Amino acid sequence: MTAPLAAEGLGKRFRRDWALRDCTLTIPDGAIVGLAGPNAAGKSTLLALATGLLGPTEGTISVLGLDPRRDASVLADVGYVAQGAPLYRSFTVAETIEFARRTNARWDDRVADGLLTVLDAKTRVGALSEGDRGRLALALVLGKRPRLLLLDEPFAGLDPLAGREFLQLLMDGVAETGATVVIASHVIADIERVCDHIVLLADGRVRLEGNVEELLGTHRILMGPRRPLGTIRGVREVVRERHSGRQLTLLVTTDGPIVDPSWTVDRVGLEELLLAYMAPERLPTPQPPEKVPLRWHG
Amino acid sequence: MIEFHLDPRSGVATYLQIVQQVKEALRLGTIEVGDQLPTVREVVADLAINPNTVAKAYRDLEREGLVVARQGRGTFVSNTLARGSLRHHEQLRADFERWLTEADEAGLDEESIKALVSATLRERLARRVA
Repeated sequence: MTAPLAAEGLGKRFRRDWALRDCTLTIPDGAIVGLAGPNAAGKSTLLALATGLLGPTEGTISVLGLDPRRDASVLADVGYVAQGAPLYRSFTVAETIEFARRTNARWDDRVADGLLTVLDAKTRVGALSEGDRGRLALALVLGKRPRLLLLDEPFAGLDPLAGREFLQLLMDGVAETGATVVIASHVIADIERVCDHIVLLADGRVRLEGNVEELLGTHRILMGPRRPLGTIRGVREVVRERHSGRQLTLLVTTDGPIVDPSWTVDRVGLEELLLAYMAPERLPTPQPPEKVPLRWHG
Repeated sequence: MIEFHLDPRSGVATYLQIVQQVKEALRLGTIEVGDQLPTVREVVADLAINPNTVAKAYRDLEREGLVVARQGRGTFVSNTLARGSLRHHEQLRADFERWLTEADEAGLDEESIKALVSATLRERLARRVA
């Protein structure tokens, strides 16, 4: 099966600045992807490249197996909600839906209607609350029964209650349509509940990508007394090293069980994991001034 | 029908929380053979979680022989974990309530009670293994 979204060495430069560089990834079919990263990490650029709104400076992007710039027909299968869910403010709810019905070759009233029952069809879009505007935007993209749904910061402007409701409607739509979803958000807590795949961008580069369960399964937090680091059995790589007082805290990737009793081993949460990979540099903090005459054997 | 709840701070994967809650309900007899589990869409709409997660939990339960999925109708309980001990539950629960009241009067808070119970269970298990 072709991947709903794949990129190979993808890069986009605006004048002299690279917004995205060396981006290689494959999104599995049916995944709910959290596209995470701080502001200006390249999230919106990646989504704009996926919708063909931008063309790549280098590399390739393929959407449902096709190049979105060359085969614009693939966009019929892609639902895209840009940041702030831009809609025609002077249209009523009913006019907005009618517009979508006429401009989309495939339109499913059932999906859209379910979302719109609570809205008054005669209300102008400009008069809707943020939450209801999000609901309308979701109805517009789900109504075309997309195979790939791209949402750019859909939670911005929504209060926690509206955010949760949006997520419920979105997940119900996913259960109904089976769409693959990419949700760009700089707030990890907003996407943690639903995403099973993560793409973490920072400074225009992919810092981490993979299945959430696998990532959480292969990372561990180790805590123990401060000491010079040698090899620890079961540890593949130290991602982050932190000292506080006499305590040493490591975030590591593992290649086996860590049984060393001098370390307290803990699982890591998604938010903490992403924050660690987001850090501008992942170099260990300088060694303590007092030299401990001890070699560590793991 | 069983209703799921999520504890995002528990560190337990969402699908495992669902599996555990079904098993707990089976052990306590709150759901029985023939009962229907909520549909994937019902759980998704209720908890705002990924439908794949619910499907994964139900597949795990099916693999363990506890539920069966009937095409187009839903997922049904097909086995029990209560093992005929349910009739003792009421008496045991009453005895335990009395014990809890004693612990309460002795000044133990909930955390201390939990610690005491799990430590005792662990020691008992260790004795049995020895």
